[in-house]
Amino acid sequence: MSVVWTDTVKQIAGIDLHLTRGGTGPTVLVLHHDIGTVDQLPFYDALAEKFDVLIPHHPGWGKSQRPQWLRSPRDIAAIYAWLLADLEASGVSLIGLGFGGWIAAEMASLAPRDYAGLVLVGAAGIKPAEGEYIADQAIVSYIAYPKSGFHDEAAFARIYGDVSTDQLEAWDIAREMSFRTAWKPYMYSQTLPHLLGGVRAPALIVWGDDDRIVPLSSGQAYARALPGASMTTIPDCGHFAEMEKPDTVAKLAIDFLSRK
Amino acid sequence: MHMMYFTEQPMSAYDAKAGLDYGATALTFSNSYFDPNEGSRLYNEYLEEYIMAEEYGADGIMLNEHHNAPFCMQARTNMFASILAAVTKRVKIVILGNPLPLTENPVQLAEELAMIDMISKGRLVSGFVRGGGQEQLANGVNPAFNRERFMEAHDLVQKTWTQPGPFRWEGTHYQQRVVNPWAIPMQKPYPRVWIPGVLSKETVIWTAQQRYPYIALNTSIEATKQIHETYDKAAAEVGYVAGPENFGYLIRVHVQDTEEKAMENARQFMWMQGEFTGLANPVWANPAGYFSPSGRRAFVEFSTGRAKNPRGNPTFEQQVNDTMIIAGTPDQVIERLKYLVRETRPGIMGIWANDGNVSKDDRRRCIQLLCGEVMPAIKEYGATLGLNDPWEANAPVHLRYSTDLVGQKVAAE
Repeated sequence: MSVVWTDTVKQIAGIDLHLTRGGTGPTVLVLHHDIGTVDQLPFYDALAEKFDVLIPHHPGWGKSQRPQWLRSPRDIAAIYAWLLADLEASGVSLIGLGFGGWIAAEMASLAPRDYAGLVLVGAAGIKPAEGEYIADQAIVSYIAYPKSGFHDEAAFARIYGDVSTDQLEAWDIAREMSFRTAWKPYMYSQTLPHLLGGVRAPALIVWGDDDRIVPLSSGQAYARALPGASMTTIPDCGHFAEMEKPDTVAKLAIDFLSRK
Repeated sequence: MHMMYFTEQPMSAYDAKAGLDYGATALTFSNSYFDPNEGSRLYNEYLEEYIMAEEYGADGIMLNEHHNAPFCMQARTNMFASILAAVTKRVKIVILGNPLPLTENPVQLAEELAMIDMISKGRLVSGFVRGGGQEQLANGVNPAFNRERFMEAHDLVQKTWTQPGPFRWEGTHYQQRVVNPWAIPMQKPYPRVWIPGVLSKETVIWTAQQRYPYIALNTSIEATKQIHETYDKAAAEVGYVAGPENFGYLIRVHVQDTEEKAMENARQFMWMQGEFTGLANPVWANPAGYFSPSGRRAFVEFSTGRAKNPRGNPTFEQQVNDTMIIAGTPDQVIERLKYLVRETRPGIMGIWANDGNVSKDDRRRCIQLLCGEVMPAIKEYGATLGLNDPWEANAPVHLRYSTDLVGQKVAAE
């Protein structure tokens, strides 16, 4: 079964925000990684079998315009809350991938009763355990960084091939946006963990067991901070779990968000 | 013509093999290879050599700073400037420059510079730079806001120096409740500001718009001429004609009594093996957001090994042939420098004379010959070409103090 995806542009907070939408069912907002997202992923298609899937490009990333004033993932969370209001979407579930997981957690913390479910996959946003760090993309090359987010290099090659120059440029822009929004402290918030206790949405924390970008201890911290959250790890899987193990992550998300 | 002595202050006493084995001599190359006893020796030797440069006749001592790398021992240019303010008598103390984006408190920087100006009795030239990419990473400063921070910090320093306090500053990157430092500069309206640079066209244009001299850091003759064109055009747009007093040029020169010895020591300019900032991952030198978006595509290709370094990687011999490095006896060096001066017409000249592992005796002989023989000859030659420095030209410190702008009736004081 093939999914029909539609691209639209939404005017939010003074910028043109790119939104891809496909599938039918309850609405799910999917928030991409710090490295942006490619247009097509098997993971997205799998979700669209069961859900009305919204995939925006973060403001400043990919095809979305850059707001010069944007400073934090919490700002991005507010932009997406605005987007959902404009779309008159309700009962929305959030799937946050890596950096996008941080944005999803911010959204949930700001509107604790608003979301039907929360799935965080290798989410940034919380400081890992003492002595562990979220990997710093600032000091590694454009290809080395995404590669380090896969357990199996073949999985990286499946998505990115030889890596086009357009892709390298997109990664540089994505990196610049990561710096503009998450430079210091790098990739986490010192206040977020204290603000998650009111979230009513059931939460599932998913982590690749070989995530070399966001340590598992950050996931454990999410599991502690979000009431009633459950956590699962995926074997032989890196940080970009939805690209490396699309079927597994899709099944976990669909089962979790479909349960009554 | 103003002639300055410059050295990177290399921390040459480290295990060079360790750097080559590690594959980098910057940012993450471990400081466990730094020996503070050798550091102490070298700091003191370099200080003595600055004093020698003054004794032998240099007009200025040019200072800079870098971080996390053996190629430059100065971590804070204001420290050496402060020492020189006290121990020298005549030379200009030319800071090229303070990396403005690195500061979290431009008001205190303005205050420190005012102190240096007063202690030196008005001999400070206060250059400013954006700082290299590695400097942002070494200091935890966001490279994506580098240029914005540079501009705003400059404006705040300038206002702090020229507008009586107290006043308040509510900017994008800096907010200050009470700007009212008691130390203000002795030189009026404020110490001369020179802007050094290598690559960025945006910086050349901004510098011309301020009417600050632009100091080209060992760029090729062709690139230097392009810089002049860009500067001249921007100057004309704001109403003045740029002259030699608006341009400086830094060149690597090593002088000895014999050509053979000069050439041998000049090879030490290649000491860092890679870029002049040492062996490094390209993304350290150009972290995302630091560089102009117009260079993004070329840079990602170069940084992933798909394109050649836009700055090239010329051999020592090529650089000597292209007059990027000059080495020889005083007579030989004077001849090459005259050619360079004719071609690039600077009013300000920095001579980067000693790098890497040149011995103490050779460094000192180089300073004697350079400051005692070469500099006077080039100054004399420069005068015949009308190459006036900013003092000789009585140039305004900033555009706003101009009295000669096209269409201008009265200087805006």
